[in-house]
Amino acid sequence: MYSLNYHRASSVADAVKLAKKGDDVKYLAGGMTLIPAMKTRLSAPSDLIDLGHIGELKGIKVSGKNVTIGAGTTHAEVAANEKLKAVCPAVSDLAAHIGDPAVRHKGTIGGSIANNDPAADYPAALLALDATVVTNKREIAAAKFFTGLFETALKDGEIVTAVRFTAPAKAGYEKFRNPASRYAMTGVFVAKGKANGKDDVRVAVTGAGENGVFRSKEIEAALSKKFDAAAVEGVKVPSKNLMSDIHASADYRAALVVVMAKRATAKANS
Amino acid sequence: MSDVSLVVNGRKVSGTVEDRTLLVHFLRENLGLTGTHVGCDTSQCGACVVHVDGKAVKSCTMLAVQASGSTVTTIEGLANGTDLHPVQAAFKENHGLQCGFCTPGMIMTSVDMIARHPEGLDEATVRHELEGNICRCTGYHNIVKAVLAASKTMAKGSKGRAKAAA
Ligand SMILES: Cc1cc2nc3c(=O)[nH]c(=O)nc-3n(C[C@H](O)[C@H](O)[C@H](O)COP(=O)(O)OP(=O)(O)OC[C@H]3O[C@@H](n4cnc5c(N)ncnc54)[C@H](O)[C@@H]3O)c2cc1C
Ligand code: FES
Ligand code: FES
Repeated sequence: MYSLNYHRASSVADAVKLAKKGDDVKYLAGGMTLIPAMKTRLSAPSDLIDLGHIGELKGIKVSGKNVTIGAGTTHAEVAANEKLKAVCPAVSDLAAHIGDPAVRHKGTIGGSIANNDPAADYPAALLALDATVVTNKREIAAAKFFTGLFETALKDGEIVTAVRFTAPAKAGYEKFRNPASRYAMTGVFVAKGKANGKDDVRVAVTGAGENGVFRSKEIEAALSKKFDAAAVEGVKVPSKNLMSDIHASADYRAALVVVMAKRATAKANS
Repeated sequence: MSDVSLVVNGRKVSGTVEDRTLLVHFLRENLGLTGTHVGCDTSQCGACVVHVDGKAVKSCTMLAVQASGSTVTTIEGLANGTDLHPVQAAFKENHGLQCGFCTPGMIMTSVDMIARHPEGLDEATVRHELEGNICRCTGYHNIVKAVLAASKTMAKGSKGRAKAAA
């Protein structure tokens, strides 16, 4: 790791102020992505602003169907929150399967979405739930937030403060995990909610797209007819624009999208 | 450089370190607590797991300055004198180790796991919870056996002592 200067922020305003100094400043949340990248020198910030001690970034609020998760809330806290489990167990379940217990004790939802790894789990949930990303400056719809591989709509120095969504009637997530990293080789989040008073089925796929998380029109069309695992049977998902790497070919991932969608729907209905 | 002060295994410690110093290096090199191991540089093996403010974390993926002000427990802090912690004793009795390299991390993860599951553990849960700890020797079966055995003994009665040690 290259040498760096560490600063501990006491509030969001303090963090923003600290970030204005130094020539290559990065925020540090759980460090579960950033520190491994710094250890291998893929990332070499001159200054780190630690967001880990900012109280206003932590915690989960559930009122009725409306859920707000602070950006600094850890995966373990999301997994264990009883109120969230009661309204949207799919998100608790997703958080409970990120990495391993030690990763879940440190890693945060804000860090995960700011990083936007094409194989990360949360981006699929946010896109399928039509969530809103709240920053210190504005509110961004998930569909506008995730802009490409490790790319987001965040501007320099902008801090994610929370994620907000309305719990849908039904939701489920299933991933085919890379056995070494636990990241999704393909993960599918299905949600059946309401938009303008009508049923609205949204299906988001992670771990498969060449440009990161995306919505699968084919699966959405099938599930809109009938929200049932059997409805996904035989649906063809094109392998165009899907990733091919040492783990899986684009065709294999296309097949996995269908299988994961089936399992996610079965979970949502259970 | 920054000043770091921590409570490690019940003792107040402090030091001045480069900001890039990892917690594991502070523990091993500044404090001489070499029971915490480094087995990878990708944050995947779990040999470095310690407890920070009561939670299992990978000390190779946390800066020492980041942990400043926290309470840390390492493998050296578990035994009560020559009395092994029930999880340590269970690993010994069940042959939960061969070369022993992964063992400190396995045990710190297991102590945390047992504390988070007061209702008891089953094999599937133990295997899921051990996903962040890699062992190249044992094939895991005896580690799983050891954790299940320890969770039973700790539930039975040695709870008070185990809690104090954890
Ligand atoms: C062994 C291992 C296994 C893993 N497995 C999975 C998995 O199965 N699925 C999965 O989804 N992830 C996985 N992860 C990644 C993990 O979820 C990380 O916690 C997460 O991606 C990053 O969150 P963090 O809080 O650790 O952020 P950090 O690593 O601290 O930061 C990541 C990036 O986000 C920026 N950032 C952080 N917080 C904010 C904020 N509030 N506002 C703006 N920018 C911010 C940082 O500047 C940095 O660029 C794994 C990680 C490890 C080490
Ligand atoms: S040394 Fe920390 S996870 Fe391998
Ligand atoms: S006992 Fe050798 S690595 Fe686990």
